[in-house]
Amino acid sequence: MRELKSDRQHKITFTLDGRQVSGDAEPHLLLSDFLREKLGVTSVHVGCEHGVCGTCTVHIDGKAVRACLTFAVQVGNRRVDTVESLSNNEGELNDLQSAFRKHHALQCGFCTPGILMSVEHYLRHNSDPTESDVRDMLSGHLCRCTGYVGMVRAIMETAAKRKSGI
Amino acid sequence: MKPVPFDYVQAQSTEEALACLKDSDRNVRVLAGGQSLVAMLNLRLVRPNLLVDISQIESLSTIRQSKDILEIGAAVTQAELKQWPGLAESVPQLSMALPFVGHFQTRNKGTVCGSLAHADPSSELPLCLAALNGSVVLQSARRSRVLNAAEFQTGMLSTACQPDEMIVAARYPISREGDGFAFREVARRHGDFAIVALAAFVTESKIRLGIGGLASRPSVREWDILSEQELDEALNAFAWQLKGSDDIHATARYRRELVRRLGRQVIEEAKSARTKE
Repeated sequence: MRELKSDRQHKITFTLDGRQVSGDAEPHLLLSDFLREKLGVTSVHVGCEHGVCGTCTVHIDGKAVRACLTFAVQVGNRRVDTVESLSNNEGELNDLQSAFRKHHALQCGFCTPGILMSVEHYLRHNSDPTESDVRDMLSGHLCRCTGYVGMVRAIMETAAKRKSGI
Repeated sequence: MKPVPFDYVQAQSTEEALACLKDSDRNVRVLAGGQSLVAMLNLRLVRPNLLVDISQIESLSTIRQSKDILEIGAAVTQAELKQWPGLAESVPQLSMALPFVGHFQTRNKGTVCGSLAHADPSSELPLCLAALNGSVVLQSARRSRVLNAAEFQTGMLSTACQPDEMIVAARYPISREGDGFAFREVARRHGDFAIVALAAFVTESKIRLGIGGLASRPSVREWDILSEQELDEALNAFAWQLKGSDDIHATARYRRELVRRLGRQVIEEAKSARTKE
């Protein structure tokens, strides 16, 4: 049993968006701060820092979770994916991101990275959601500028296209 | 909004975790899913010296069904339980209540036992445990004990769990033939803390109604089958006994009205959901 001391930096190695990376963190460093400040992943946004707003949502081992309610030391040897993993190397948007653009599902974009990560996980397990299912899933995110109508349209369209294999 | 510095251990076994808890010189907290605890840490409402992470302990990641109980290990997430095949038949009330527990994103990490340990007066899983008269298995390095819901949750955010103990499992009774269940919740936004949550459990001869969100912990009343008028009187008395107060979300009067009206509805719903004997 290894105890990680509070006043020391501990090396954490894990897979970030498909690449193996490592960085140093004290035990109380939140994953959200670790990604932004130590690894420069500023697409992980920090809003409320107590799990309510959802903008810091990332995938850990494929599941959408709050990075602000996770410590960096907990992700050693695990897989973390951020919104950066959705587009390809040329920066082309994926189908969900394109649908968000088409349906004006974002305005300032602050809440968007977290929402996209939630939707990606959700659609993997719910390929044929109803509008009310989608709204229920979106209740875990706060958007304060454009509202949710465009998002629901974009998500419903993406779900339908993925289901029919287009 | 950052936690105080603390030491951290990722325990590989229950024994390792319990050994950490034995150290009475330090303020030790158990971390499972962290969906309540890490928020409390970020707000600095909790300032531990040592955090013991039990989320990777395999023996605590199981859901076991026996004849009478569904035993849920301390590392089982709310999402895992929600997706567990057969939950709707085994413990119907849990399958009704779980969609109200936080959000999709927090259920992916939040644990069932963590929700019980946090003991928020408006949360759903402690309410169901109380309504169904389930129990919690506590373990320390020196002993193991089982407390029923009423013994376990002693008040708002407080439980009978001692500093050297941790919850290793929650036990929810399995539904029997002739039982009926219903669950309702009123909140401003789906997934928010409940203004009032109601859990009804009806058998051939008894009615049990649990209410969350009003008093400092889930409150349960059990009655014999009552006439319409008797039920209205009983619900009115229950609503007043809960001593709800006004806050920014709702007035006490509104809360009492919810107990009277929705109490009646959930009991009716549970009655009509009773399985044929």
